[in-house]
Amino acid sequence: MVTRRQAVGAHYGLKDWLLQRVTAVLMALYTLLLLAVALWNGGFDYGLWQALFAHAAFKLATFLFMVSLLYHAWIGVRDIFMDYVKPVGVRLTLQVAAAAVLVAYLGWTIQLLWGIKA
Amino acid sequence: MSAIERPVVKPRPVYLNLVRIRLPLPGIVSILHRISGAVLFLFAIPVLLAGVGMSLASAESFAALKSLVAHPLAKLLLLGFAWAYLHHFCAGIRYLLLDLHRGIELAPARQSSVVVLVVSLALTLIVGVRLW
Repeated sequence: MVTRRQAVGAHYGLKDWLLQRVTAVLMALYTLLLLAVALWNGGFDYGLWQALFAHAAFKLATFLFMVSLLYHAWIGVRDIFMDYVKPVGVRLTLQVAAAAVLVAYLGWTIQLLWGIKA
Repeated sequence: MSAIERPVVKPRPVYLNLVRIRLPLPGIVSILHRISGAVLFLFAIPVLLAGVGMSLASAESFAALKSLVAHPLAKLLLLGFAWAYLHHFCAGIRYLLLDLHRGIELAPARQSSVVVLVVSLALTLIVGVRLW
């Protein structure tokens, strides 16, 4: 019988638990930043929107938001699959599909932020 | 202790009929947190990326996006996404506070779940007013 489990090495999901929270805080900060910019300028017209996304710092902040969003979503979706989808084959398929979609979204994000204009 | 000596407290297994189960308020916030998260993952992220792409491509596509969003059905969809985001946001802050051992007693936990439901709906209403 295991009397004392050492939370070392196998991690027991601590890393994901923590990263889900760290990414949540980062996304909340970005949301408030964008809201503040919108309120300050009374909404966005095309000129302001374009100028905002032309800033290297805003691009990086947006990229950080999207990476946080996609990793946060991965942990959440994985938890949903682990809770409700019992057959291992089906669960693995769903998890691979979700991960593939999320990585594709990351590629889409990079293309939007730094994409070469045709 | 043998099985005979043990007092019978509750019938087991616990009744888990999803149709008849009555969730407490924190339970409702919790399942809505999960549902809103799934909705955001499945539908809101691709719509967001497509929207941002359109908004940045050119002044014409920015205007096209604006007229697209003016459609009542698009507004309804955005309102749904707004609620999902706001509920997920508010409930998430509640969980962060619970993680910090703030408001973990039964009474404050119930109160904060009501606050999450009310605040996220009120903010969604503000978004709705802005949309229409």
